[in-house]
Amino acid sequence: MSGVNIQGLSIKFGANEVIKGLDLQVVEGEFLVLLGPSGCGKSTLLHSIAGLIDVSGGRIEIGGQDMTDAEPSERGIGMVFQSYALYPTMTVEKNMSFGLRVAGTPKAEIARRVDKAAQMLQLTPLLNRKPAQLSGGQRQRVAIGRALVREAGVFLFDEPLSNLDAKLRAELRRELKLLHHTLGSTMIYVTHDQVEAMTLASRIVVMKGGVIQQIGTPAEVYERPANLFVAGFLGAPAINLVPARVGADGQTLEGALPLRLAAGRATAGQAVVLGVRPEHLRLQADGRWQATVELVEPMGNHQVVWMKLGSQGLSALVHDGRRIAAGDVVAFDLDESAVSLFDAASEQRLA
Amino acid sequence: MAQRKASALWARIGIYAFLLFAAAFFLLPLYVMLTTSFKSMEEIRLGQIFALPSAPSFDAWRAAWSEACTGVSCEGVRGGFWNSVAIAVPSVVLPILLGAVNGYALSWWKPKGGEWLFGILMLGAFIPIQVMIYPLVKLEAALGIYSSLPGIVFVHLVFAMPIMTLLFRNYYAGLPGELFKAARVDGGGFWRIFVQLVLPMSTPMLIVAAIMQITGVWNDYILGLTFAGRENQPMTVQLNNVINTTTGERLYNLNMAATILTSAVPLLVYLISGRWFVRGIAAGAVK
Repeated sequence: MSGVNIQGLSIKFGANEVIKGLDLQVVEGEFLVLLGPSGCGKSTLLHSIAGLIDVSGGRIEIGGQDMTDAEPSERGIGMVFQSYALYPTMTVEKNMSFGLRVAGTPKAEIARRVDKAAQMLQLTPLLNRKPAQLSGGQRQRVAIGRALVREAGVFLFDEPLSNLDAKLRAELRRELKLLHHTLGSTMIYVTHDQVEAMTLASRIVVMKGGVIQQIGTPAEVYERPANLFVAGFLGAPAINLVPARVGADGQTLEGALPLRLAAGRATAGQAVVLGVRPEHLRLQADGRWQATVELVEPMGNHQVVWMKLGSQGLSALVHDGRRIAAGDVVAFDLDESAVSLFDAASEQRLA
Repeated sequence: MAQRKASALWARIGIYAFLLFAAAFFLLPLYVMLTTSFKSMEEIRLGQIFALPSAPSFDAWRAAWSEACTGVSCEGVRGGFWNSVAIAVPSVVLPILLGAVNGYALSWWKPKGGEWLFGILMLGAFIPIQVMIYPLVKLEAALGIYSSLPGIVFVHLVFAMPIMTLLFRNYYAGLPGELFKAARVDGGGFWRIFVQLVLPMSTPMLIVAAIMQITGVWNDYILGLTFAGRENQPMTVQLNNVINTTTGERLYNLNMAATILTSAVPLLVYLISGRWFVRGIAAGAVK
């Protein structure tokens, strides 16, 4: 087990700076998820930790040792790739043991580690098969097994579930979480899927344009997004964003959703954006506002209600089976303490 | 409906007619060669070149293989056959291995300036070999391998490099890059990744490359004539000597048999591996 410490990391592809002066501390034993849209530099960051990309500046420490220029195999890492990257001409057993054979590990030790990993991942009956004879889920299990046998301090996952269908993805997601509980190793996991990030992570790192936007537990990132980008990226249906202006007293919001704020959150006359999660909009008869329902999406265990308040579109979640139809006028209310407030110009969160 | 069926039928007939004509066009010379080689000289003199042999005999084939005269010696093309084998084996194996290593290094390790070197290498493929013969003769003479087996193998190796490198570079560039990264994380070095991972995945390209090299090397005349030396003259050079050595009557049946014998190897390679050839080309082109 070991932590990862990244200081002032920058990576250039030609003249294009993909990662700019990035600092990140990964605590020993945590499950850190790098989350962001494609092209945000999350995979590049992961590959630089693995040593598969040359860095143009900064320092990478793994387990307290400087690994900035070390070979990938010397870094004490195991890695799982999106396309599985299994060696097609080798059996499952040979795939898993390749790294150990390269390292000259004694045969008995190789057999012990492969058996252990195979048992953990239910691969024992498949050890003599070739990758082409396996299903997608089995292939990804083999890829995980190949990383496990290295008994590395840090495991790196590069979007490992995105090639699988939805059902299998949920299944393997749970297996990965259980695996982390069992092993307690440091895991760094790249994904663009917020469900994976929310369910797996002990901490989420949200990235955009090669810059970290926010680091925090899933709850922190979801409930107190650091800026408009993070607020909009997490959550489905997406957070409701309502432009507003702070009144002369510094405590009232003027706009589609007039509200009273706690003192000291904004300055008088400031242009702001109000962020309200759909689950914080409650449809109730005594609500302060009234909106017209445009569309209802029944989800089985809940309904998503899309409404118009003047020209402002809003979405709300309803967790009971009440019947709502398009065209209905419904009253709703919200909890002031749960809203987020962002500066309209800088897009940063206001305390 | 019926009309469309009828027009489809006519289109089909047209296609088959064309294919049959094309096949006949290319097969007719082979037919004439085969029938002539089984005829006696008396029968050939009758001038009916399309007629089947009245009394088929292997005499001309036997003579071509082991008795025909090439200049002073009269040992047939047999010696040339073994010379060609001795030239072809290293001239097929070495360029393929070197081309595979080149392609692997270029597409997976991406060394600095690699693309530049590859560009120069490809440029070399567009210069006619005749231009390079004289400088190569001087070079080989300086190296002391001119007019020898290593000399001719070296020349084949050099001339095969552009196409072999291109073939393997494109094939390996089509393999998933994450495979290489996984192997790096597993600690594989340049040679281990090549031998244990890349080479076993290369079967289709190895077969395509082998077919191209065998055919090219076996059919070569000018390089063999220039660089192999008197001892190692390939079959094509001996065939030329057999046909051009005329004392008295021109032995058409013997010449035909010798020619078929000489072209038998590439012909067999195509017949046996045609399916592989197409598959390899497709694998290389589509991915």
